[in-house]
Amino acid sequence: MSKIVGTVVIDTAKCKGCGLCVHACPTKTLGLSSNEVNHKGYAFAVVANDACIGCASCGLVCPDACISVYRTKI
Amino acid sequence: MTDEIIKPENLVYKKPSLLNDETMHYCPGCSHGVVHKLIAETIEEMGLQEKAIGVSPVGCAVFAYRYIDIDWQEAAHGRAPALATACKRLWPDRLVFSYQGDGDFACIGTAESLHTLNRGEHITMIFVNNAIYGMTGGQMAPTTLVGMKTVTCPYGRDPRIHGYPLNITELAAHLEGTAYVTRQSVHSAAAIRRAKKAFRHAFENSMQGKGSNLIEIVGTCSSGWKMTPVKANQWMEEHMFDFYKIGDLKDK
Repeated sequence: MSKIVGTVVIDTAKCKGCGLCVHACPTKTLGLSSNEVNHKGYAFAVVANDACIGCASCGLVCPDACISVYRTKI
Repeated sequence: MTDEIIKPENLVYKKPSLLNDETMHYCPGCSHGVVHKLIAETIEEMGLQEKAIGVSPVGCAVFAYRYIDIDWQEAAHGRAPALATACKRLWPDRLVFSYQGDGDFACIGTAESLHTLNRGEHITMIFVNNAIYGMTGGQMAPTTLVGMKTVTCPYGRDPRIHGYPLNITELAAHLEGTAYVTRQSVHSAAAIRRAKKAFRHAFENSMQGKGSNLIEIVGTCSSGWKMTPVKANQWMEEHMFDFYKIGDLKDK
């Protein structure tokens, strides 16, 4: 049986670390950086594991349009 | 593995191309960003990028013209519907919409808003309601809920002193000139998908000359409400939706 896998690409320079994507993610794939900030001083969103299913919920809720979502079947 | 997935043919969601690369000035987690994205996506899907004219307000969204690559006009405070009326009457083949906050739409611009809706101008008015004056520092707005605390009503809104919140979208639904009046929110992926359908419907109505369209987006102001963006969304679900009920109020 084929499995759906996905991943996200985050524009970390534009991310303001609001955390809405982290909350919206059903697979707990996303998190906020714990020891790094961007040039504006925000802890940005990062991919914490490979559980992503490419549902695009994070992309939809991101107010700053920093997330691109990819999905495929393997 | 990740490199195998990141290919153009696997792309399922990206920034709308009408939204430019400028970083928005909004606070982290602000609902305005999502509404901007929905407008950009809808105009792009309808292929109206050369025909769209937005009218930006005074308030947090005053710089809306910086972010979406279409034609824009900047109106005086509350007067966006009047300017949008002029644009639509001069260029009847254009998609004209105004983008306003609650201070602009439901306070200083109440006369313009209601009369433009009642005249049935073939425009769409986008009204982002966060129940507070965000830009000026979180003062009480006409839309502030009873009991809700702001910097100018620190003990909560008291109707005996401050009057009752103005549910202007309900009023608009009773006007003859309105074709489509809806209230949506953008707090979750499902709500955002529903809101996008409302944008599409309202923009199509505008282009078909069916009358005026009003989309209220119940939004958050995490800075003004003094909450994290996630908490603000939860607070909105628990408190705002009782008074500002989500759904279509009129679809003629």
